[in-house]
Amino acid sequence: MATSVQAQQRTSRNESTGKKSPAGQVVLRILFYILVAIILFYTLAPFYWALRSSFTGPSELFATPISYFPHKPTFDNYAKVFESGDFRRALLNSTIVAGVVTLFALVFGSLAAYALGRFKFRGRTPVLYLILAMTMFPQIAILGALYALFKQFGLYNTLTALILADLVFTLPFTVWVLSSFFKQMPGALEEAAYVDGATPFQTFWKVLLPLSAPGMVTTGLLAFIGAWNEFLFAVSFTATPDKRTVNPAILYFAGSTGSSFDIPWGQRMAATVVVTIPIVVLVLIFQRRILAGLTAGAVKG
Amino acid sequence: MSQPVVTSHQATGTRSKPDTLTNEQRKTRLAWIFLAPSLLMIAIVAIWPLLQTLYQSFTDAILASPQPVHFVGLDNYKRLVQDLAFRDSIATTVRFTVITVVFETILGMIIALVINSQFKGRGLMRTAMLVPWAIPTVVSAEMWQWMYNDVYGVIDDLLMKLHIISKPVAFLALPSTALPAVAAIDIWKTTPFMALLLLAGLQVIPSDVYEAAKIDGANGIQQYFRITLPLLRPALLVALIFRTLDALRVFDVIYVVFGNRPDTMTMAVYNQENIVNFSDLGYGTTISVAIFIIIALFVLAYVSIFKVETD
Repeated sequence: MATSVQAQQRTSRNESTGKKSPAGQVVLRILFYILVAIILFYTLAPFYWALRSSFTGPSELFATPISYFPHKPTFDNYAKVFESGDFRRALLNSTIVAGVVTLFALVFGSLAAYALGRFKFRGRTPVLYLILAMTMFPQIAILGALYALFKQFGLYNTLTALILADLVFTLPFTVWVLSSFFKQMPGALEEAAYVDGATPFQTFWKVLLPLSAPGMVTTGLLAFIGAWNEFLFAVSFTATPDKRTVNPAILYFAGSTGSSFDIPWGQRMAATVVVTIPIVVLVLIFQRRILAGLTAGAVKG
Repeated sequence: MSQPVVTSHQATGTRSKPDTLTNEQRKTRLAWIFLAPSLLMIAIVAIWPLLQTLYQSFTDAILASPQPVHFVGLDNYKRLVQDLAFRDSIATTVRFTVITVVFETILGMIIALVINSQFKGRGLMRTAMLVPWAIPTVVSAEMWQWMYNDVYGVIDDLLMKLHIISKPVAFLALPSTALPAVAAIDIWKTTPFMALLLLAGLQVIPSDVYEAAKIDGANGIQQYFRITLPLLRPALLVALIFRTLDALRVFDVIYVVFGNRPDTMTMAVYNQENIVNFSDLGYGTTISVAIFIIIALFVLAYVSIFKVETD
C-alpha cells in the first residue's frame, strides 16, 4: 500500500512541477475566477430577476420577447403592494410573531442553556437528548394535535397560536446553541462571583448573561429568521387575511385588481422583495455572528 | 467553593431546610428551576400534542366536530397500509430527497472548496451564500415559479437562446419534469447552507497537513481524496443528516408550487391535506405517526451507522 502511494506521489510530482509554469498558473487562476463568477451568478441571478420584474410594468412584463432590463422602470408594483391593507397587516403580524417568539425563546432558552451548560447534575444527559431530539422533530407530526388543541381553546386563527407553535422548533434550537456558548465560557469568572457571595441566579444575570451577549444575538437572529420564514403552521392555523403572516399572504396575494386567472407577477415579485429585505439587511449586518451560530448549532448537533 | 455560601435565594424564598442540602443538591435543584420554563413549554407544545397524535390515530376523530369520538383500534393503520396515495407520496418524497441531497452535497462541496481558497472577494462571496438560505421558502418558490413561466419566464428564454430547447417547455406542469424542476428550487436555496457547513469543516483542517503533502509531491486531486475528504467526514455526515431530515419532511416548496397536485405530493403535503382540508383527524394523525416513525428510523440508522457523537 505504502509503496503504491509513494509511486503515485512520485509520478504526480512530475505533473505538478509541470503545472508550476507561469502561463499555466495564469490559466488556472482565470479558470478559478470563471468558477467564482458562475457560482455568484447562480446564487444571485434569481434575485436580480425578482428585482427586475418588480420594477417592470405589466405591459412590458407580459410581452415577448422578454426584456432583461426594465426599459421604463416603475414603482407601481410596490405602490400597489403597499396599498393592500392585507399585506401591510401581514407584515405587522410577521413582525409580532417573529419578535415575540424570539423573545420567549431567548428568555426561557438562556435559563435552560445556563443550567445545561454550567451545571453538572443528574438528569442532564436525558434532558440534552430530549432537546436534541426536539430539534430534529418533524413539525408535521404534531400538526393535527396542535390544530385540535387550538380549536378547543379558541386559539385557532390567532397570532397566539402561531407564536406557541413556532416555539416547537425555535426553543429547543435556542437551548441547544446557547448551551454550547455557555459551555465554552471560562469557569473562573463564575467561581469568583460565587466567592463574592453571588447567588447562581445573580451569577447568571450579572456575569454570564452579559458575556453571552454575542451568543444571544446570534441565536436570537436565527430564531427570528426561523419564525419569519415558518410556513406550515402559518398556512394551517390561520383562516382570515387579517391573521396571516407574510408567507401565506404572498401565496394568496391576488393583487388589487387581479383575478385568479391573471396572476399579477409584477406585484408578487414586489411583495417577495419587500419580505426579503429585512432578512437580507439582518444577514448583511450580522453575517459573522450568523455564521458562528450556524456552525455551532450544526456541527455540534 | 467548599465553604457554605449564604445566598439571598435561601434567605428569602425557601427557608424550610436549606442548611441540610449539600452544595450539589442545591445546584441540582437550581438547574431544574432554570430548566422548568423551557421544559414546561416543550411539554405543552410538543410532547402533549405528540401523545395526542398517537391517541387520535386510534380513533375516528373529525376535526372540530361535535360528534363523539370512537376508538377504532387499528382501522386507520389498516387503511394506511393499503393507501396507494400515501405510498406514492413516500416514493415522491424519497425521489425528492435523493435528488436534492446528492446535488446539494456535490455543489456545496465545490462552493466550499472555492471559498476555502484565498482570493479577492472571498468575504463578499461568503455573504452572498447566506442570502438564499435566509429568505423564506415561499419567496424562493415564488421567484422560481415566475422564472419557470412558459411564456414570459427567463429560464425557457435562456435555454432557447442557448439552443438547449427549441420551444418553450412548461417544466413545472409536465409530470416528467415537475419534481426535478421543484427540486432545483430547493437545491438553489439550500446548496449555500451546505457549502457553509462544509466550509466550517474545511477550516478546522490544519494547513500543515497540506504543506507536508505538497512537499511529498501530492497534486491537488490526491490531496483532496487522501486528506480533505477523510478529514471532512464528520462535518459531511452531520450536513448529510441535516439535509436528509429536512428533505424528508419537505412541505413549503411543494405546497407553494403545486398545492395539492396528486403526482407531486410529498408525505407532509398529503398529511396536511388530510388534516386541514379533509378535517380527518383520526386518519391524518395516523399518517403523522407513520412519518414520525420513518424519520426516526432514518435518524437511528444514521446515528448507528456513523456513530455520531451527541456531546
